[in-house]
Amino acid sequence: MKKIFYIPVFVMLLLSWGCNDDEFLNRPPTNILTEEQVWGDEGQVLSLLGNLYNRYVDLGNFRDFERPGLDNLTGWTRVADFNEAFWSESGRYKEFQNSGWDLNTWSIWDYGYIREMNLFIQKCEAAEKLSPEVKDRYLAEARFLRASYYFELVKRMGGVPLILEPMTYDFSGDPTYLQHARAKESEIYDFVIKEADEIKTKLPANAAEKSRVTQAAVLAMQARAALYAGSLAKYGVNTPSVSLPGGEVGIPATLATGYYTKALNAAKEIISGSVGTYSLYNKKPDLSENFASIFYDKANNPEVIFADDYKLQSGKVHYFTGSNQPRYGAEEEEGGRINPSLNFVEAFEKLDNTFARIPTTNAAGAPLYYANQTDIFEGRDARLGGTVMLPGTTFKGRTVDIWAGFQLANGSIVSGDDRGAQKTLPGKTVPEQVVGFDGPIDGFEFTAQTGFYLRKYLDPVVGSGQRGVNSEVWFIRYRYAEVLLNAAEAAFELGQPAAAAGYMNQVRARAGLVKPLVAAEITFDRVAHERRVELAFEGHYHYDIQRWRIAHIIMDGNAISAADLSKDLGKATKRNTQPWALWSYKVYEPGSPNNGKWIYKPVKLSRVTGADRFQLGNYYSLITDEVINNNPKIIRNPNH
Amino acid sequence: MKIRFHFIPLLALLVLVASCGKDNFTEPKSTLSGQIVYKGEPIGVEYNQVRLQLWQPGFGKLAAIDAQVDQDGSYSALLFNGKYKMVVPKGRGPFKTLEKDAAAKDTLFVTLEGNQQVDLEVMPYYMIRTPQFAGAENKVTATLKLEKIITDASAKGIERVSLFINKTEFVSRATNVSVTDIAGADIKNLNAITVETEIPALVPTQKYVFARVGVKIKDVEDMIFSPVQKVEF
Repeated sequence: MKKIFYIPVFVMLLLSWGCNDDEFLNRPPTNILTEEQVWGDEGQVLSLLGNLYNRYVDLGNFRDFERPGLDNLTGWTRVADFNEAFWSESGRYKEFQNSGWDLNTWSIWDYGYIREMNLFIQKCEAAEKLSPEVKDRYLAEARFLRASYYFELVKRMGGVPLILEPMTYDFSGDPTYLQHARAKESEIYDFVIKEADEIKTKLPANAAEKSRVTQAAVLAMQARAALYAGSLAKYGVNTPSVSLPGGEVGIPATLATGYYTKALNAAKEIISGSVGTYSLYNKKPDLSENFASIFYDKANNPEVIFADDYKLQSGKVHYFTGSNQPRYGAEEEEGGRINPSLNFVEAFEKLDNTFARIPTTNAAGAPLYYANQTDIFEGRDARLGGTVMLPGTTFKGRTVDIWAGFQLANGSIVSGDDRGAQKTLPGKTVPEQVVGFDGPIDGFEFTAQTGFYLRKYLDPVVGSGQRGVNSEVWFIRYRYAEVLLNAAEAAFELGQPAAAAGYMNQVRARAGLVKPLVAAEITFDRVAHERRVELAFEGHYHYDIQRWRIAHIIMDGNAISAADLSKDLGKATKRNTQPWALWSYKVYEPGSPNNGKWIYKPVKLSRVTGADRFQLGNYYSLITDEVINNNPKIIRNPNH
Repeated sequence: MKIRFHFIPLLALLVLVASCGKDNFTEPKSTLSGQIVYKGEPIGVEYNQVRLQLWQPGFGKLAAIDAQVDQDGSYSALLFNGKYKMVVPKGRGPFKTLEKDAAAKDTLFVTLEGNQQVDLEVMPYYMIRTPQFAGAENKVTATLKLEKIITDASAKGIERVSLFINKTEFVSRATNVSVTDIAGADIKNLNAITVETEIPALVPTQKYVFARVGVKIKDVEDMIFSPVQKVEF
């Protein structure tokens, strides 16, 4: 036994013998970088900056939105709320059965992020080993990210404490010196606009750079922020109770013109081409396909100004295509979650610049028969087909199989309750398919329950809908078309309708609406409509109706009847409280000329039982009790 | 084997009983209840829309206990005995809260010891008077009067008057089978307002509906409602 004990002792002695104690105990850590190491190397600083870039908060994007103390908002839901689409997933029907949104649905309050950006700026300024040009660019990028986050905060929360340097607690037991009151809403917008002015010259003017900030991205942010501030100032009077006496919420109307002018000038600077050559994407002859390509074509895309980029096999990929791919032939046993609503589809104009419902019946109420399934959508804005996957169109080379059943001569319907279900039609002996493999089947998840799938952002690359592969389609944060529309809105509000028409006509011509609008036709409704259809599912709709103070009119809590559906088309305040569906049926009337043709019926899905109401308290999100307990100087938002 | 069959349920029972630990807190037992009233008359609101907040200071960080106000203006909360501050969140409710003095503002101080009734007196913008409902073949007609209570500088106009009907006694903007609005501009005489709404086909068939009238006041989130009434037709 003694031997067994001695042997290890001997081995241990042998090992410790050869050690130099100092060297052994003072080894540099392999998993932590020191301050000097980080700030002495450009690559290290860039990776720090990369971390800050990755935490950028968007209007909506593909990533799950993590909210401290609340449920995550699932990535794909973030772009498709407000009844522009129905969500074809069983766990989410409840969103269409309630009557609105919690006051904290969109709350953000990440001062940890702001502190880290402030720390970055402070340390970067002090860093001596970086070359001046690189340092200037890094500093400008960090300040852009900080301004972007303040912009996001002010949109959702109103005026917030404006903290521009890292604060440190001195452990004295009295934290009051760290507590700051909320700034005015206008002060935060002023800060964002001013930062943009100061940093833009320090950034490259390079249209090929999409995922890092460029001069154009800064100007695009400035234009958007100034436009938001201007419209809040102008339209705030429509909701007098959404304001606070100290100006934390609410901007005086007198400031509107100044903000609109700023927005127009910033947009003009991009349009003039002085910060890089940007233009509308116009590479493909088929206008609908061209529109869809804006979002997935990453090679020399002249329209994209700033994007959240993804890359296959890099770890930064997303599953948006998987969540929303057509269910039939999908690369996984799921998909089809976002179903654009009929309300949204009907918003697209006809090529003669007029609004009309999707013609399912004639004036007398008799059904209209169509030879091809897509005929009913003919002669409309090409963006419809580019945004929405219409029945009868293709994705990844396969035609989506969306049809609800057979319509018999006696008015009855033969349909099934499973994807591609088979039944025997009267007068036949062999069962055949009576409903599409993509639905629509009421209450059957992942089928196109509204009769439509989403096309925007869907990646046509093989494997994009596979869990193990995912997609590298980027999320575009700023694109040239939005800049044009921002310019158009600002020009319209400044009383220059001819200039506004000029900007809008460029965007419209790309969508096939070649008949130009004249100055007299530019109204608020026109401006609002153009943004709704061009920027659909990009996260803009929410903040647009919010800053125009019409959200509570659009979502007033009243259900939509079939008659309401086609009323007031093209009006900005048209009710949009419930998503409707449009189902297509094949006509089965042997011997009749209509046999084999298509008819369409608007349908209200049985899972849609609630009607949304946007409360006045939803205009600005809830600041939690936790925040207010820690800092009693914070005052609550109106109606909370 | 036979023994085992008896053994398993017994064991399961034991596990169930054993895991019932005794809580070291007693549960709250005192009910605070009451109604929102104007001169003793209850104010009807939408259910789950208006809420009162109860704050109990003295225990570190503050968080409000929400008490939802029911359709008939009543509320209740099960609480521990103690001192509470009761407030209506700013801007909520179809009324203005009454300010007692500069220090207390509109806060109601409640010292709770056992069950207690506390009515909250408020100042509504309008009161619905003498609502009458009549059912006929496929329609419900309501007649009512409106009394403008606040007439000073903070008075507000009427945005619309709506008649809601529903199959159950929960009648609101969010849950109804039919609604008819009259815009405020179309109301000429506050003392004679008539609203009529059609009854759609009800599934399953029933020969009655529940009706109530609501008034939307301009720039005020919540509507004021009449009591719910069952209407036969």
